[in-house]
Amino acid sequence: MDIKLLDATPTAVERAAVDAVLGAPTNAWDGGARGSARDAHTAPGGKSVRDRRHELIPALHALQGRVGWISEGGLGYVCERLGVPPADAWGVATFYALFATTPRPQRVLHVCDDVGCRNRGTREIEHALESACGRSVREAPAGSQVVLDERDGAWMHSPCLGLCDAAPAALLTIAGETPVERLLGHVTPQQAVGLVTGSDSAPADSHVPELPQHGDPSLVLLKRCGVVDPTSLEAYRTAGGFTALAKARAMGAEAVIAEVSAAKLVGRGGAAFPTGRKWEAVRTQAASPHYLVCNADESEPGTFKDRVLLTQDPFALVESLMIASFATGASRAFVYIRAEYPLAADRMANAIQQTRDAGLFAAGFDIEIRRGAGAYICGEETALFESIEGKRGEPRSKPPFPVEVGLFGKPTVVNNVETLLNVLPIVLEGGARYASTGSGNSTGTRLFCLSGAVARPGVYEVPMGTNLRDLLAMAGTDSVSAILLGGAAGTFLRADEIDLPLTLEASRAANTTLGSGVVMVFADHADLRDVVLRIAGFFRDESCGQCVPCRVGTVRQEEALHRIVKGATLGGTGRELALLEEVGVAMRDASICGLGQTAYSAVESAIKRLRLFEVVS
Amino acid sequence: MTPLVQLGRPDRTPKTMVTLTIDGQAVTVPEGTTIINACESLGITVPTLCYLETLRPVNVCRLCVVEVEGARVLAPACSRAVEPGMQVQTQSARVKHSRKLVLELLASSVDLSTTPGMSDLLEEYDCSPERYGPPEPPHAPGTRDAHIPGHHQPPNVAYAARVAQPTKVDNDLYIRDYGKCVLCYKCVEACGPDHQNTFAIAVAGRGFDARISTELAVPLPQSACVYCGNCIAVCPTGALMAKDEYDMRAAGTWHEEAQQVTDTICPYCGVGCTLTLHVQDDIIVKSTSPLENSITLGNLCIKGRFGWRFVQGPNPVASTGVSGRG
Repeated sequence: MDIKLLDATPTAVERAAVDAVLGAPTNAWDGGARGSARDAHTAPGGKSVRDRRHELIPALHALQGRVGWISEGGLGYVCERLGVPPADAWGVATFYALFATTPRPQRVLHVCDDVGCRNRGTREIEHALESACGRSVREAPAGSQVVLDERDGAWMHSPCLGLCDAAPAALLTIAGETPVERLLGHVTPQQAVGLVTGSDSAPADSHVPELPQHGDPSLVLLKRCGVVDPTSLEAYRTAGGFTALAKARAMGAEAVIAEVSAAKLVGRGGAAFPTGRKWEAVRTQAASPHYLVCNADESEPGTFKDRVLLTQDPFALVESLMIASFATGASRAFVYIRAEYPLAADRMANAIQQTRDAGLFAAGFDIEIRRGAGAYICGEETALFESIEGKRGEPRSKPPFPVEVGLFGKPTVVNNVETLLNVLPIVLEGGARYASTGSGNSTGTRLFCLSGAVARPGVYEVPMGTNLRDLLAMAGTDSVSAILLGGAAGTFLRADEIDLPLTLEASRAANTTLGSGVVMVFADHADLRDVVLRIAGFFRDESCGQCVPCRVGTVRQEEALHRIVKGATLGGTGRELALLEEVGVAMRDASICGLGQTAYSAVESAIKRLRLFEVVS
Repeated sequence: MTPLVQLGRPDRTPKTMVTLTIDGQAVTVPEGTTIINACESLGITVPTLCYLETLRPVNVCRLCVVEVEGARVLAPACSRAVEPGMQVQTQSARVKHSRKLVLELLASSVDLSTTPGMSDLLEEYDCSPERYGPPEPPHAPGTRDAHIPGHHQPPNVAYAARVAQPTKVDNDLYIRDYGKCVLCYKCVEACGPDHQNTFAIAVAGRGFDARISTELAVPLPQSACVYCGNCIAVCPTGALMAKDEYDMRAAGTWHEEAQQVTDTICPYCGVGCTLTLHVQDDIIVKSTSPLENSITLGNLCIKGRFGWRFVQGPNPVASTGVSGRG
């Protein structure tokens, strides 16, 4: 493509970082040295270069990881290599929160201030950091030629990092030849200051909290977590690994799907769509190839179950992906892991590598990891496709649905990590046996993420239909004022509403949702209004900005809530609540995707169930 | 993806016909027809902002939403294809509510004063954008381009946030007034894959901070822009405007009602694009091309769009405020 490139040139370090991902340039047209006589006569490119567009985000990650930000020269070099117009690449780079497009220190601490952490130590960390290191980075520094001392550090606020079971959490990123990324739990104010200033060295690894049900013989999905070495294929095989795969291959694709349908397995990511139906729809599509995408972009505030599975049982996910690909005829699987989970990505990469090396993959099949870059919206399946394709994470309009037109325009199965892991017991025991656990159409076991005011936070595996009251008792609660069920896109429940069987049917009847399995508990003294404001701010920040109801609606929602809390209402609280309802209904009815459609959900329940904003007469 | 223009012989492959009901009236249209086109065949008008016949629908403004019986949420009429037996409501209470809110949300955050037909729509849907709070003062130049995604300041409760900012005037041919931008993506599509293939602009940032931008927000002369002005032709709000028109409006000398419109053929090359000349007081003040013209689809190049000033001699009538440069 004939594109106008940027004038700035990359540094040798930037060039090397990009080449390490994309390979060395092969001619003068894609960024190589001039001089070859052949280059003067032929311009290789066109479709072969355009087809590499999906490597844009990995290339931007390489720059971010090496120098700590994406400079004009670096961006320009990536554009030249991939034939992407600079304006287009700029649009992508400025979409993701973990990409910096203005100079940023190499060492950055992202401090979680979301609902799970903000009342569990984050404020103390923020105060310590503000007095020792100055304010957080919220605006780009003026001018693009700011020179930074490479020993400098900075800190930023972050939405939920998925480590609510070890609150307060922080993500440390240090750019360099070997980039450091650590997800840290139980961070103390002194440690945070040390990490930003560099006086405290980065911990050797990310924090891995122990599971509260460790060793419980009733566990199905979590039985290997913390028991079997997650880095060893041999250990996984010794623990019975890959027997489900062998059985599935013997059964045949149609029989596998029949068992998954008989098991009544539904998606665990939040939407609860029947998995068997999705698989069958893709299997029978004439277009080829078929793709399988594992959604490991778990970013729903309060959710951390997939982190546990990815870090502690990665081989099981690899086996599940192989079975799902076999059943749906997918020749390639992608695992899209949020950037905030560095250890999960490392462990998955290791598991894929070992399985591939052992020759277990079917001929022509492979699994590839793609990392997010800080965008909640990429958990929406079509936004996730866009992101894998190297674009801004903007959801597509449905229909067409992914089973027909998905990743790269081909039939695609998208499944959440937990959903896929359920395939192993279904194949091993049969769908009917699996369906005997649970209640009604809510079958099997389910993972719940307990956090907040509980004695033993963590991921719990319980049969569907377990009463919320019993689940809370397992985690140990003292004083409960409210529960956030299902995440920021879920709803609040009052303390007197916890007698709830955790099934799809019962939650729907109670006008709530299990969502991604979030059970966040707030104690009596918790400032719930502050929590609601944070949720409103979250949606405002994470809206992709594509459609009007969500882009402006989330802003108006946050403004109205702030006006109520600060006592600056326009015509009284009653009028503000009516306004919130009107905006909320429009967001739910007219937004493109689930983000806008659920952006009012938690706020609405705070108003109507918790009555947090009662009109004072 | 279906091509925007059918070149060569018209497509005569037989199409399955689909019957559906819109506002109680049955209608039969070829398979693949969008709801909005089916509405058109019944004479039902659906308001739009980001939709244009010559561009691929992006369905982002959500003004065209309609209610499809049995669907959980409303559907964008501009891009949703008809299905057999579909029951569509274009004027239900849910539809009216969402349209009203979309209009209010836009009117409270964007300057819609030069959007044709907008004042009628705001009245029709009984909108009161002022109920979201007093308008926020304009942002300083460049500040909206520097927002970091995912990191915003808490809202100022004294104001309703807006995208207001000074107009970007960085060349002689056209201006970019992003305080009037509703982010309909049309200019990006026209500059990019749908028409011009120049890719000088894209959507940058995200959420409320999303904006149309060149790479690193550089001024247009440093960007890939070729000044075809096809972005101006598709802009529904006047955020993109020829500098002549902008200057005349500022001087109070732009009188659209007094302008004569004449179609002619562009004299520059052999393509033969249809030019529509907008003439005020015997002076050409604007040049466009008809959207429905099968050669141009409303597009021109820099010459057809801006290169007609020689017609008026070296010193165009000063009273129109036209600078004569360019």
